[in-house]
Amino acid sequence: MSSDVQQTAPVPPQLDRADVRVKHEAGIGGAIRRFFDRVRSGDLGSLPVIVGLVIIWTVFASINPIFLSSSNLVNLLFDCSTVGVIALGIVCVLMVGEIDLSVGSISGFASAMVGTLWVNQGWPVALAILAAIAVGGFIGALYALLFNRLGMPSFVSTLAGLLAVLGLQLYILGSTGSINLPYGSNLVNFGQLLMMPKFVSFGLAAVPGIVMLVTGLRTVARRRAANLSAPSTGGLITRAAVITVILELIVFYLNQARGIPWMFGLFVGLVIAMHYALTRTKWGRSMSAVGGNREAARRAGINVRLIYSSAFVLCSMLAAFGGVLSAARLASASQQAGTGDVNLNAIAAAVIGGTSLFGGRGSAYSALLGIIVIQSIASGLTLLDLSSSLRYMITGAVLAIAVIVDSLARRSRVSHGRA
Amino acid sequence: MIDTPDGPVPTGELVLSLRGVSKNFGAVSALTDIDLDVHAGEVVALVGDNGAGKSTLVKILAGVHQPSSGSISFRGTPVTLADPSAALTLGIATVFQDLALCENLDIVANIFLGRELNPLRLDEVAMEVRAWTLLNELSARIPSVREVVASLSGGQRQTVAIARSLLLEPKLILLDEPTAALGVAQTAEVLNLIERVRDRGLGVVIISHNMEDVRAVADRIVVLRLGRNNGIFSPDASNQELVSAITGASNNSVSRRAERRQAQTARPDQTQEPRP
Repeated sequence: MSSDVQQTAPVPPQLDRADVRVKHEAGIGGAIRRFFDRVRSGDLGSLPVIVGLVIIWTVFASINPIFLSSSNLVNLLFDCSTVGVIALGIVCVLMVGEIDLSVGSISGFASAMVGTLWVNQGWPVALAILAAIAVGGFIGALYALLFNRLGMPSFVSTLAGLLAVLGLQLYILGSTGSINLPYGSNLVNFGQLLMMPKFVSFGLAAVPGIVMLVTGLRTVARRRAANLSAPSTGGLITRAAVITVILELIVFYLNQARGIPWMFGLFVGLVIAMHYALTRTKWGRSMSAVGGNREAARRAGINVRLIYSSAFVLCSMLAAFGGVLSAARLASASQQAGTGDVNLNAIAAAVIGGTSLFGGRGSAYSALLGIIVIQSIASGLTLLDLSSSLRYMITGAVLAIAVIVDSLARRSRVSHGRA
Repeated sequence: MIDTPDGPVPTGELVLSLRGVSKNFGAVSALTDIDLDVHAGEVVALVGDNGAGKSTLVKILAGVHQPSSGSISFRGTPVTLADPSAALTLGIATVFQDLALCENLDIVANIFLGRELNPLRLDEVAMEVRAWTLLNELSARIPSVREVVASLSGGQRQTVAIARSLLLEPKLILLDEPTAALGVAQTAEVLNLIERVRDRGLGVVIISHNMEDVRAVADRIVVLRLGRNNGIFSPDASNQELVSAITGASNNSVSRRAERRQAQTARPDQTQEPRP
């Protein structure tokens, strides 16, 4: 790295390496030490959920080896996608320190809307879906209005919404109570059958590594040009290679069965888009700022009301979209859609995945990881032929553990001087 | 209206002018009929006791609070500061006493909060370079700009807050107790910085309880008392004058204490013995 620096001239310190009091560890050993330091001070990131997932999978696989079979995992991915999209919306509202308790009802209402508009009224399916999402967005805008203008806590307004929207769902479904979506239609195929061709799935699995490498190399070049310290190119290549190998292995294993569902691909695409929006755009920065310190964000000139509105609207729209997907998955729009555990699974997924309930800390990936944990528990217990009573209890315990870990980690972060 | 015992005559363009500004919080009149002028290239110090309304005045100028009555004109045109972004857009930057930083974000994110470069694809490299430049201008002792603000000491947070106020190249800077949490060297740096900002032709309003700092940099000292104007002084005004304007009486706890000490030093034979 210093090959272009003349030996005789004193090396000018890099802008971010000028402070002599700070130890900067380099190389792989340094990276590992930094990681352990971070974990010890309570900055856990995705570590707890990954550890939890390993434990859960080990337990279920040792009881019933079918659990880890590729065909069961493919089904798991189908089930993850519907509630996962809803959980992604929950991440948005949790980021600004609010909550939406009505996502289950909104998803059920959206599936009912698609059923009535498409099957009963004969609308084109795309238009019916768009209408459902638009109505979802309208409900979110209503919550935002109540929150911003009337100061109604989102906990209460969305609890009211839970009942009111459930009422709407029952109303438009009418006396029949359930509408079957036609088998063989594109929507139902998408929700139940449509798989990526093998070469597409292998190709897509290579994309993250390539993108990581290209953007990483560009950042390294720009940082060096700007006289800032840059991560080592070797480490970057190693990380990209490891990620690519892991993803390709996963894809290879799943391709032994039916392959990767397009619906799961769509979900992961949404997660990545949300991750980009939350970390690399001004909007995402403002979301974290509003969640961390609302008054500071306001004084910095951020339109706080607009940020809250965007969070509520996005959450409701994603909830509606998740409802459409689950209607496609079940090939029906019924009175039961969106009731029961959908609501709390979506919220629990976001929290288990590591998004803080108190705002300002979270990641789009927590929706993905959290929903995989929850669906693994559901799938494993179904394979063991255990009733849903046990499933609820275990999911509840996992959620409690996740929140305990979050609280303990926060306490540790405070005592180690990290937010 | 304004009682001006020996206020110096300022030169330079009138940047900010307040006339008859009042602010009520319910039954409490935090500010009553405040007049204030700030010229370009001038440091105006706002002093006053706790509860005199200094911070309220700054919050009005920053757009955090709206005045109940009165008019504000900025560079000759009447303005309403409806919210903080309106004040920022006009060119009024504020460093608040409660620092208004987001603890969960890193230093770069805090400095650029609300003014990020390249909104759809944040330019982290350019922002980091600019952050280092600003912090180095302040001779800041910050180990890494990628640390979250929660891990910084009070003085470091103050430096970050001041660096942030300079980002927008403002016309007027409001500093609410800028040196309260700073060490000796950093205080000197901030005072140097205030002079540098003034020499660039900006108006500076500084609130401080530290009379030494105030005298060191201020061109005019504006005294508030119980939410009202209580005189404008030049920095060479005597401590006695300032204190009596701040506390509202020539006979007050500070002057009594000073008299007592003077009386003691006047009788050196009695004060030589160490007190029990």
